[in-house]
Amino acid sequence: MQNGRAVTVIPRIYTDLQINIPLCGANPVRETLSQGFLNVEFAIALLLFSERKAWFKMKDKRKIKYLCISILSVLAVIVIWYICIDMVHMKPETVFPGPVKVFRSFMDKLSTKAPDGATLQAHLWASIKVALFGYALGAVIGVPLGIAMAWNKWVDRFVRPLFDLIRPIPGLAWIPMFILLFGIGITSKALVIFLGALIACIVNSYTGIRQTKETHLWVGDVFGATGSQKLFRIAIPTALPMIFTGLRVALGTSWTALVAAELLASTKGLGYMIQQARAISRPDIIIVGMLAIGAVGAVFDALLHLVEVKVAKGMNVKN
Amino acid sequence: MSMEQERGIENSIIECAGVCKSFGTPEGEHQVIKDFNLQAKENEFLVLFGPGQCGKTTMINLIAGFEKVSGGSLKFMGKEVTKPDPSRGVVFQSTALFPWMTTMGNVEYGLKMAGVKKEERQKRAQNYINLVGLQGFEKSYPVQLSGGMRQRVGIARAYCNEPKVMLMDEPFGALDAQTRYLMQEELQRIWEAEKRTVIFVTNNIEEALYLADRILVLTNCPATVKKEYIIGLPRPRNLVSPEFLALRKEITGIMDSTL
Repeated sequence: MQNGRAVTVIPRIYTDLQINIPLCGANPVRETLSQGFLNVEFAIALLLFSERKAWFKMKDKRKIKYLCISILSVLAVIVIWYICIDMVHMKPETVFPGPVKVFRSFMDKLSTKAPDGATLQAHLWASIKVALFGYALGAVIGVPLGIAMAWNKWVDRFVRPLFDLIRPIPGLAWIPMFILLFGIGITSKALVIFLGALIACIVNSYTGIRQTKETHLWVGDVFGATGSQKLFRIAIPTALPMIFTGLRVALGTSWTALVAAELLASTKGLGYMIQQARAISRPDIIIVGMLAIGAVGAVFDALLHLVEVKVAKGMNVKN
Repeated sequence: MSMEQERGIENSIIECAGVCKSFGTPEGEHQVIKDFNLQAKENEFLVLFGPGQCGKTTMINLIAGFEKVSGGSLKFMGKEVTKPDPSRGVVFQSTALFPWMTTMGNVEYGLKMAGVKKEERQKRAQNYINLVGLQGFEKSYPVQLSGGMRQRVGIARAYCNEPKVMLMDEPFGALDAQTRYLMQEELQRIWEAEKRTVIFVTNNIEEALYLADRILVLTNCPATVKKEYIIGLPRPRNLVSPEFLALRKEITGIMDSTL
């Protein structure tokens, strides 16, 4: 029954979009839509699926109350925005468009390639692809490296000077060098993201492992645990919440760094879309791009949090 | 007297002779334990009783093998102690439970490290979970348990590998008074059911007198044995019997004179 309820929500969102979009868009909508929105839909499905237990356990009244409060803040901003622009006309629409105009542009942008040569989904997907690639690389190298540095002082001594030197250099400062070396393709942007993610992962994994309690290691000693058993069964479980914090922070910085990189060097992606819209004075598209960036970032963070709750049981999570 | 002493040494499991321990500090060597002599006999409940920071915990850490002696000899079953061993179980004041493991996971941890198969180790772990009265909480994580229950898990974990000696470092020090009484009774019951040599550290005289076969009263830092008391009162002990109160008064008097 719980599954049933969670699942029925999704087709409704989907059909809503299908009904709405043809009204304000052209024809090739359906294909691009199903392609581009597959990610978002999948994300929502995953969200609902993994939170179904906690969600349905909560008392219905309270659940609705919380939901209302959360929606209220977003609604308030939209209403204020609407009053300021559409009713009081504090700024002309060509400088700062109201929510209605932005929503219309959003719907249009799902099917129109003008003015920057690609639909919103195409830009979104281009950005996500680069971000996830650089992020995954940073996480795969950063987490083990952070753990190794915390666990073994030789590794620490060896890596630390390099790390201390690289850490203060902001991601964007690398871009000129990368453009010279690799052009403005995926490589230079992925590298910028990789560096950002790497540092966040190293710092947090390192701190996490360092939080291992001496008595916990003693318990391992009493029962004859080997060095690697102590690392994998005691130190890493201790560090898991911190490692996940690192992964979340890294995902956030990856996403932000990417869009910044796209503003400077790109031919596709949300940052590029925003930059192009600025060049031809289309503030509505700029806002659509910004909101898309925010929404994707929030969904990423929520997804990682759900994984964290599952993995780091009994640690910082109250059941 | 000498006969009895002979026999005592013969079947003593732990033997400390002239043990010293000092730590290097910026101001020079800081001596924590000085010329410490101790023999723990089989299935004896031995209490180390001393003031606040007198080095009792260090003594437990030495016997467990977490730290090395600076001088003297510390033998377990006739062999010098060099590193921790499953046959010397430890119960920590901080419980030191793994927060990411359930009660069952924590209790069976030692057997898992020893390579015991899952079915067998869960059966044995269940046995000790029942002994400490935690049936029904096998799947709970430490955060979901109260302080007393966590310490029960700690005791079950130490018992589960069937150690020769149980080292208990102020296990009830962090509990409230009521829970503390209850846990003392529980420990007494568990110990009667599963006899082991126990070395129990405390700074609470009532706890010491309630549980001990023998009490070693320690001096303040550097710690050494000041006096030994053999407690022959019948168990379970009456906390307000005249004999109990007299002993309590006497030992408290000795303590005061060491400060």
